[in-house]
Amino acid sequence: MSRRSFQRSLSAALPLFAAGLLLAFLVVPVVALVLSTGLSEALSGLSNPLAISALGLSLLTTTCSLLVVLLLGTSLAWQLARRTGRGWRAVATLVQLPIVIPPAVSGLALLLAFGRRGLLGPWLERAGIGLPFTTAAVVLAEVFVSAPFYVQAAAASFRRLDPSLLLVARSLGAGPARTFFRVAVPLSLPGLTTGAALSWSRALGEFGATLMFAGNLQGRTQTLPLAIYTAMESDLGAAKAMSLVLVVVAFGLLLLVGRRAQSFLGGEGARRAA
Amino acid sequence: MLDARLELRRGSFRLSVDFSVGTGPVLVTGPNGAGKTTLLLGVLGAVRPTSGRLVLFGEVLFDSAAHVSLPVEERHVAYVPQDSGLFPHLSVRDNVGFGLFRLAPDARAARVEAALAQLGATALAERRPSNLSGGERQRVALARALAMKPRALLLDEPLASLDAPSRVRFRDFLAEHLRRLDVPALVVTHEPEDARVLGGEMLVLEAGHVAERGHVEALRESPVSAFSRAFWAQS
Repeated sequence: MSRRSFQRSLSAALPLFAAGLLLAFLVVPVVALVLSTGLSEALSGLSNPLAISALGLSLLTTTCSLLVVLLLGTSLAWQLARRTGRGWRAVATLVQLPIVIPPAVSGLALLLAFGRRGLLGPWLERAGIGLPFTTAAVVLAEVFVSAPFYVQAAAASFRRLDPSLLLVARSLGAGPARTFFRVAVPLSLPGLTTGAALSWSRALGEFGATLMFAGNLQGRTQTLPLAIYTAMESDLGAAKAMSLVLVVVAFGLLLLVGRRAQSFLGGEGARRAA
Repeated sequence: MLDARLELRRGSFRLSVDFSVGTGPVLVTGPNGAGKTTLLLGVLGAVRPTSGRLVLFGEVLFDSAAHVSLPVEERHVAYVPQDSGLFPHLSVRDNVGFGLFRLAPDARAARVEAALAQLGATALAERRPSNLSGGERQRVALARALAMKPRALLLDEPLASLDAPSRVRFRDFLAEHLRRLDVPALVVTHEPEDARVLGGEMLVLEAGHVAERGHVEALRESPVSAFSRAFWAQS
């Protein structure tokens, strides 16, 4: 082999090798988790009281947080999509902040806002509301970290609506609400469901902010990720079983919305190029 | 029937028109950027004029002095955009019935069937807009607009998106329906042949002003503005 052709094959092989290395690094831990957990071990792990209560709590809190995100987030996304101007562009950036803030910092921030000595603490205390270390705090932490994923996807979806369709709906006598529910929402449904799925999976995996703001109390604030962390010290089988549940759910979501999710997370440019 | 005196700004563009039109087709033409679509949007209420007054069959739709500006949904003005604006998630039947939600179900169904039959679109009722040809889409859009019994009709280049054969067919069809209308219909067009077939009054807009107006045939015989001469020279 001449020196030049050797160099050519090396320069072709190197990027492939680098890509394969990273791919292996991403896949091997998940494979290890699946291979090391037998079916009987998984079943017995899931019957651990820690796992049962964490599963129930995760289901309850993520359902609540998803409902809050859908109710309030759809409205915010619609405003972001319809309004222009510097102020609204700043709001759009602000909404994405929880995506880049480290979860532990989010937890501390929530504590400083809603904690007993926090910014709104005195008012909440007067109203008889104590949030930190309650199930409600878990929901708040999940809403905080997961809402941006939904709002971003929903706003992108609303922005892609043909404005003349909305105008035609209005000209046919439909007021803003009817136009929104009968035209805008059905036409944006693929984007809205993708956003909801992304948001829900983020809430399901939430750990740091929950730990800081809601604590790790079994049956009250201990969601699946926190229960996995706790079980690592006492019952590795339960930790593995719960982890498997999260992996299976995540994989299911990926199959359901994976490709669409990529286009939403990739931003405007990625979608156009697609 | 439609009295329009409107001053309107969009960025650096300024539209300033003052005209009255009766029932039937009123063709609106002019060079690109003359304000044709802006005029339609102003009448529709999608763009708010800076000043002026808009009266349709005696009802004030907009009056800057009296601080009156009816929202789009209360004007009873039907609008058909260039690409027909059919809702892709609804069947033809549901598209046509979209504006009739205040009617009882029976009355709504009857009105939809009548509109579909009138426009020869009954056979298309169960189809989705994505399964319609360009001409069929425009026919359904017209059926939907007429089903709401509007007090005015705004058609933005209804023939522009059609290929040559369906354009000729739909043009004759449109002309026939516009002639029977008992409300004003502003129809934006770029084509002299379309204007000739559709007939009626014509407004020539230039740089946001009505540069010429009159019957299509009269304007064709003796065009005044440079745009008009060039426009009719195409035919």
